[in-house]
Amino acid sequence: MAEPLTRTPKGWDRLSPPSKVAITLHVNDVPRTLTIASWTTLLDALRNDLGLTGTKKGCDHGQCGACTVLVDGRRVNSCLVLAIMMNDARVTTVEGLAKDGALHPVQQAFIDHDAFQCGYCTPGQIMSAVALISEGRARNADEIRELMSGNICRCGAYPRIVAAIQQAMAAMESKP
Amino acid sequence: MINFRYTRATDVGDAVRQIAAEPKAKFIAGGTNILDLMKYEVEQPTQLIDISHLPLRIIEEVPSGGLRIGALVPNSDLAYHPLIEARYPILSSAILAGASQQLRNMASTGGNLMQRTRCFYFYDTVTPCNKREPGSGCSAIEGINRINAILGTSEACIATHPSDMCVALAALEATVHVIGPSGERAIPFADFHRLPGGTPEIDTNLAPDEIIMAVELPPQGFASHYSYLKIRDRLSYAFALVSAAAALELDGGRIAEARLALGGVAHKPWRRVEAEAALRGEVPDRAAFAKAADILLRGSCGFAHNGFKIGLAHRVIERTLMQAAHGTPQIQAIKKIR
Repeated sequence: MAEPLTRTPKGWDRLSPPSKVAITLHVNDVPRTLTIASWTTLLDALRNDLGLTGTKKGCDHGQCGACTVLVDGRRVNSCLVLAIMMNDARVTTVEGLAKDGALHPVQQAFIDHDAFQCGYCTPGQIMSAVALISEGRARNADEIRELMSGNICRCGAYPRIVAAIQQAMAAMESKP
Repeated sequence: MINFRYTRATDVGDAVRQIAAEPKAKFIAGGTNILDLMKYEVEQPTQLIDISHLPLRIIEEVPSGGLRIGALVPNSDLAYHPLIEARYPILSSAILAGASQQLRNMASTGGNLMQRTRCFYFYDTVTPCNKREPGSGCSAIEGINRINAILGTSEACIATHPSDMCVALAALEATVHVIGPSGERAIPFADFHRLPGGTPEIDTNLAPDEIIMAVELPPQGFASHYSYLKIRDRLSYAFALVSAAAALELDGGRIAEARLALGGVAHKPWRRVEAEAALRGEVPDRAAFAKAADILLRGSCGFAHNGFKIGLAHRVIERTLMQAAHGTPQIQAIKKIR
């Protein structure tokens, strides 16, 4: 019988129980302590350990942007972040945008412009757009498109996404 | 992902000691490349040494008049740094031509230099690849090689280096400062990455127990006459088929100094001082640019799916040099080629 396919390095048991570590994440302004394995990504920690399933797993390889969250105010692909490296970090997910029952201007703009079809990429698009506006680097549609290129929408809602971001940008500028 | 041990380095010396003690350990900073490769089990480190919190995040002016960039400065911070935008806009432009804002927020300067090829077969663990598994063969040579190299290839490997930032750093003649068990040394950028030859598993001349501390830019930043032009299969967020960094210093209507480097065509940023020497003293016109392109592309060799890159590279070189000469650099957000 053929050897079972394995790429396990010699002397290393991939089935050995992982040593788990306790970390604290400040998720949407709430401190959360969780116990994770070294390989747990921030995305999996949010979804599986904290039940925050608004953040989506698309490609799991940093190619689609569906998992975009803010870490200490900066947008990142949470699928390529090890949770163990994020102890004490401030994490903002789509669940943390609405305040006192009112949608964030970017969320409202996505509804106003019907800026999605299936909606799977939408939380990542919204988080990316929130960061794009706070970065202040995009002033026109060309620059919005370029700086949103890390968020793929396979339904092709791009024109409405750009329009929604322009509306939110104007709304947030008038009310700082 | 295969199980691994996670440790944090307390300082640079500790990072070097830890990596020297465990040959199968890897550093992790931004993690954008190593974690991707670990998920595919292309990389199988037994230990990840977290260096992300080491104090290597500073961009500072050095007495020579240049700029020293800490190895952990994120790509986005580097691209938008006022001194980079003002004095080295070609570096800013090249960084913003690559990846996405999310990835640029995560990826470090040192990690950008250390990123591995995007060759399909390197990633596909069920196919032979000499870079992933030395001696197993190269699947790209007879395979789908549209994205592969046309210069400096070997019978063992036709992979390309995927970085945009490194193409600009090559053109600027940056220096890489590294430290290992036997102390610090400075590696000229041209000598940092290597051609595949018979050992494509080795990407760079950084020793396995060394760590990058900083990248230093010389004083000359070519801020008036530069361009970074990147051609790819979609207009953003894709690796280069061919890219070029061109930088000129003009004096009295002639070229006083020239720099020219290509991305997407070789195992390292592709530069030949002979091509730049041929530009010096010339009037910056299409004939001079074509001659430089001929020299830079001499010996290029295409495979079944990437022969188009040779002609494309020729046109990209001419156009990028023209943009540099006219002081009309490619703007990465505007897709029309000027």
